Amino acid sequence: MNIKISWKNVWRNKLRSLIIIIAIAIGLFGGVFTNSFFVGMTSQRVNSVISNETANIQIHHPSFLLDESINNGMDNSNTIIEKIKPIKGIKGISERLNESGMASTAEANTGVMINGIDPTKEIHVTAISKKIIQGEYLNPETKIPILIGKKLAKKLKTDIGDKVILSMADGKGEVVYAAFKVQGIYNTNNDMFDGLQVFVLKSELQQLLKTPQNYVTEIAISMENDDLTQTAKSEIEDLLNKEINSKEIIVQDWKEIDPSLDLMIQTMDTFAWFFIIIILIALAFGIINTMTMVVMERTQELGMLMAIGMNKKRIFSMILWETVFLSLVGAVFGLTISALVIGYFGKAGLDLSVFGQGMTAFGMDTIIYTKTSIDFYFTVGILVFITAIIASIFPARHALRLEPAEAVRD
Amino acid sequence: MSIIEIKNIKKVYNEKTVPVHAVNDIDLNIEEGEFTAIVGPSGCGKTTFLNMVGGLDVPTSGSVKIDGQDISGLSSKQLIDFRLHHIGFVFQAYNLIPVLTAAENVAFIMELQGVSKKEREKRAQELLDQVGIGDKFNSRPNQLSGGQQQRVAVARALASKPKFILADEPTANLDSQATGDLLDMMADLNKKLNITFLFATHDQRVMDRARRIVTLTDGEISSDELRK
Ligand SMILES: Nc1ncnc2c1ncn2[C@@H]1O[C@H](COP(=O)(O)OP(=O)(O)OP(=O)(O)O)[C@@H](O)[C@H]1O
Ligand SMILES: [Mg+2]
Repeated sequence: MNIKISWKNVWRNKLRSLIIIIAIAIGLFGGVFTNSFFVGMTSQRVNSVISNETANIQIHHPSFLLDESINNGMDNSNTIIEKIKPIKGIKGISERLNESGMASTAEANTGVMINGIDPTKEIHVTAISKKIIQGEYLNPETKIPILIGKKLAKKLKTDIGDKVILSMADGKGEVVYAAFKVQGIYNTNNDMFDGLQVFVLKSELQQLLKTPQNYVTEIAISMENDDLTQTAKSEIEDLLNKEINSKEIIVQDWKEIDPSLDLMIQTMDTFAWFFIIIILIALAFGIINTMTMVVMERTQELGMLMAIGMNKKRIFSMILWETVFLSLVGAVFGLTISALVIGYFGKAGLDLSVFGQGMTAFGMDTIIYTKTSIDFYFTVGILVFITAIIASIFPARHALRLEPAEAVRD
Repeated sequence: MSIIEIKNIKKVYNEKTVPVHAVNDIDLNIEEGEFTAIVGPSGCGKTTFLNMVGGLDVPTSGSVKIDGQDISGLSSKQLIDFRLHHIGFVFQAYNLIPVLTAAENVAFIMELQGVSKKEREKRAQELLDQVGIGDKFNSRPNQLSGGQQQRVAVARALASKPKFILADEPTANLDSQATGDLLDMMADLNKKLNITFLFATHDQRVMDRARRIVTLTDGEISSDELRK
């Protein structure tokens, strides 16, 4: 009956209860929605880096990490690939030849990263082929094709069919150069990437740099699903154990390749929790205030209950449950609204193109799809429960300090 | 043995600052089956006295024995338990839990005592019948008149099977009709079931029905008369 009284007491002063319930609901909605926004944004960023740039796993010569030069490649790419090919969950493997160089047109020139790729393999590894906004993807049948980013095209003032001169140092340190014809322009929404990376045919780059057939600087591996990355990575490490020990190669997942992503995920996560905690602390004060008013208003009633023989433990639990119910109603309300709104923007997306320019500079999409896990709602629910229990201590203590003889007189 | 034995009780408020001698050296015995009113002008110490008898307040000195047990030495925790099992209370107002029905209010005190659910429900109905509002067992306090609410309070006080019932100004908020009816009902319980009642009142209608009237003046007994 104690719990029943607490539940019914919540609804005695409907207006006052509704105000705090709505405050809790709005507060939680703010926290949960903000979190879903950042989670969505982060996971989009991560997915776009994986699908456009790094793939899930890469293999390099250890020196390549310090100096991305054609000299720091791996000799037997074909045997490495044969070994790792059967691993479960691998979607594609692409060998690349990378070298930094200059891209020039009559109008301008700028530093670029040159990626020599096999387009038929690359198509299974990164999504560049799907990001073409003008022209077409690299076609191995054509001669001297090059794929450049939208940002770079603008910088070089060049267009489909125009010639771009790439100059670079070959393995011996001699400068070589060749003309390429712009076959396609891509746009990944990451200005930094789009302004730097150009793609040419690996076979043509090989000729230019005079490198052997199976010599590559990078092997990129994409997985069917990122959840498989860790197991695949350790399998690769087992299979290539000898090469790793003799420091011929190093295997990295995307977090190791781009540590800023992991940092971003963790920063967002910390920030989201920080935000939720601040909101809960603010709500705790609101709850304490409401429940203290409740206790003061019911002085005589509490005095009567103590007089007829309700002990302190029961008085305490009656107030505790009332606080918990009040808070949980607010939580259920707030989390339901959050789920609905997050569900909606998770499908429809939140268009931030007004801020578009600023966003793409950081590699962010302009449409954010909000995203939250069931776990998060659950955890927030538990945190509200804990907040309510802590908040109830203050009004309950106030109630317990009442002397029945005084209280019934008031 | 008297059901209530009071020896030399005193109550001094604000002992260290401006002492108020609310109750001054009262000796009084109440026997089982009495229907007694403590009367006197406002501020004479009726409520203070009743609170000490009921274990709501602790005397500054002196002793209160209920059924032979001295309660003046009990801790506040022990007193709560003692009140629950031995004393019934009816106050002037705020007697009932507003969110519970009449029957639930009566059952509530039995729940505190640990009585089984079945027993509680049966007894709550019986008691409400006894105080004459058996048909209102499902009504909440705000759906009842003042007189009906006081009847529920009496039923609730009886529910714990106390040694006696203390009632501080139980009729102060009632009109004469309701006062008369409530007093009839209580007198009936007293006569038929030998329930002991101790009132604090300055209501003439209560005094007219009391069989013993103890008058307090400035915290002391100035007269103690038996009627009829
Ligand atoms: N907590 C307190 N502190 C100080 N003085 C008090 C306190 N409670 C009561 N008093 C004083 O004790 C005296 C007796 O008060 P009490 O309430 O017992 O009188 P009463 O006879 O019940 O009056 P009424 O008929 O108005 O209810 C009064 O002078 C009152 O002011
Ligand atoms: Mg009084």
